Amino acid sequence: MYQYNEQDQTLIEERVTQFRGQTQRFLNGELGPDEFRALRLMNGLYIQTHAPMLRVAIPYGLLASRQLRMLAKVARDYDKGYCHFTTRQNVQYNWPALERVPDLLAELATVQMHAIQTSGNCLRNTTSDHLAGVCPDELEDPRPYCEIIRQWTTLHPEFAYLPRKFKIAVSGSEQDRAAVQLHDIGVYLVRNEEGRIGFRVLAGGGLGRTPIIGQTVKPFLEKKYLLSYLEAILRVYNLLGRRDNKYKARIKILVKETGLEKFTAMVEDEWLQIRDDMLLSEERIAAMQAQFTPPAYEPTANSDTGLAQHLADDKAFAKWFKYNSVVHRVSGYRAVFVSLKAPDSPPGDITSDQLDALANLADAYSFGEVRSTHRQNLVLADVKQADLYTLWQKLDALKLATPNIGTVTDMICCPGLDFCSLANAGSIGVAREINEALDDLDYIHDIGDVKINMSGCMNGCAHQSVGHIGILGVDKKGEEWYQITLGGSSENEAAIGDRLGPSVAKHQITESITRILDVYVQHRLEEEAFLQTVKRVGLEPFREKVYANH
Amino acid sequence: MPIIKNQQILENTWTFVDDDAPLAGGDITVSVKRWTEDKPALLQHSGKVGVRLTPADNVAALGDDLPFIKLIELHFPTFSDGRTFSQARLLRSRYNYQGEIRAVGNYMTDQVFYLHRVGVDTFEFNDPKDMELALSAIKDFTVRYQASTY
Repeated sequence: MYQYNEQDQTLIEERVTQFRGQTQRFLNGELGPDEFRALRLMNGLYIQTHAPMLRVAIPYGLLASRQLRMLAKVARDYDKGYCHFTTRQNVQYNWPALERVPDLLAELATVQMHAIQTSGNCLRNTTSDHLAGVCPDELEDPRPYCEIIRQWTTLHPEFAYLPRKFKIAVSGSEQDRAAVQLHDIGVYLVRNEEGRIGFRVLAGGGLGRTPIIGQTVKPFLEKKYLLSYLEAILRVYNLLGRRDNKYKARIKILVKETGLEKFTAMVEDEWLQIRDDMLLSEERIAAMQAQFTPPAYEPTANSDTGLAQHLADDKAFAKWFKYNSVVHRVSGYRAVFVSLKAPDSPPGDITSDQLDALANLADAYSFGEVRSTHRQNLVLADVKQADLYTLWQKLDALKLATPNIGTVTDMICCPGLDFCSLANAGSIGVAREINEALDDLDYIHDIGDVKINMSGCMNGCAHQSVGHIGILGVDKKGEEWYQITLGGSSENEAAIGDRLGPSVAKHQITESITRILDVYVQHRLEEEAFLQTVKRVGLEPFREKVYANH
Repeated sequence: MPIIKNQQILENTWTFVDDDAPLAGGDITVSVKRWTEDKPALLQHSGKVGVRLTPADNVAALGDDLPFIKLIELHFPTFSDGRTFSQARLLRSRYNYQGEIRAVGNYMTDQVFYLHRVGVDTFEFNDPKDMELALSAIKDFTVRYQASTY
């Protein structure tokens, strides 16, 4: 993975010094709350219901074991011994004290970590495929480009005060695992007719109150133009994006109101004037690719016979293997999902002890690296098949082996009313209730691929609008109600879910979900996944059942 | 009111003239509207003449007039209006503007590092205390990722 050079390290240390000064001025009353708000947000710091919330950047979801240990230490020393992984591969702490945040950031900086631009109206963390570099369906590893973008976006002087937040995702594989089409800018590595690899660039995607799927602005962009094209889009957006209404300030609204054709023409016009001045050289790309070389895989890893025996002997292991590990491009290796969706734990949460233990497992079994996924789980990407059984036992002992990846209990969930000052309704409690109702693993596995996404308010941090089943918390005269959508997807066939009907009360939400699953089971054709059934039969059968006694 | 120029605190010699006010003597700045409408008179002005841009003003509209404009003030109605940064960048890199670019209005000392990088070379603040802060903040970072000539 990318290792900081002296310049990278200096930058994050100077950022800590800068933020220390800003925090001190705020505490001394020399910096107003509005001003400090903008500055602290650009260091990931929110003021929440109970305490500040700090979001730490995990560039494209890649973590070294020593960074994992630091996250554990920070959770222990500055928080309540746990932290929360987000849908943008970052990590959040819910209880740090404001005056200690500069010290916290200084500790993070010792392991090449920071909270720069993890919030605020600026260029956010670049996200990517959590299976980058190891999945068989990849055209090219997207991470070198992610790092190039990370550097370009970090403290970009022109684009630090955008109309609204701005998110970029990059994917290099056939299957989109990074929700690329739902980003302000989405970048796919593609091959053109001449066989050359470049980028397809999308713009104007985004979730939140008005979810919109991104549209292609550049079907094929040569690699050398990556940064100039991004800069052109950003400049057009910075100058023309709406600033009069924060709910209409995202680039998706600019693209929609301007029209794709006109927007694209403006970007092209800008780009043609700058593209030759900021070329990305082949040497720069090659040097970055050299930072992401594959680890030293054992050539004989596939000669192992123990795995087949364990799979035959141990049903529980076989289940975990099926749901929580996926094929690797190198024979004899698997990528392993570490489930942060244990039934009794808030989705995406992990304790300090678990983090420390996982760091040790990463060192022992996966070349010292861990990835975070946009569905709030972790991945050990390079595990030898001969090690899988032992690893499973160890993960199981840590409660990190719930065999539910890609199933109905692998829910995306925001912190909700329990932590967040924006939320209208609780989400963690509802997630737990749904989990309790779906406690039969065989049933869950039979149901198969159903993605439930639940947000506690319409800001949509948990991407409810693209959940196969989306749940949105709303406030009705001080009571928590929940609106359900069906048919959303953030994958290749990205789609915004349709509203099922009127929102349901808190005591009805779990039953509504189980009824939806019943309707699916009743209507599905052989091998038909939930999303396909919803598309085929439409919402009516689900509506009838959910609102039967309302 | 003093300004920061070349890392030093200097006395400001410029006056902004409102659209409906008579032209003052000495060095003056006017709005884009006034510049466009009164150009002949302004070119005869005894002192130097500059133009004050709001974030909504299109830099391209000044086009051929730039050699006659000795100072461009970029006015922040609020610190969060980031169009100013693109205006400065375009003035320097696209239109090759060689004169002075000054940040005025409601912005933060914490923004001078970025402003300086996009080509703003002088800074006006309402509060003298901000002057010392800004002198230090302009040097907040010794490293940078993006190519920039400033």
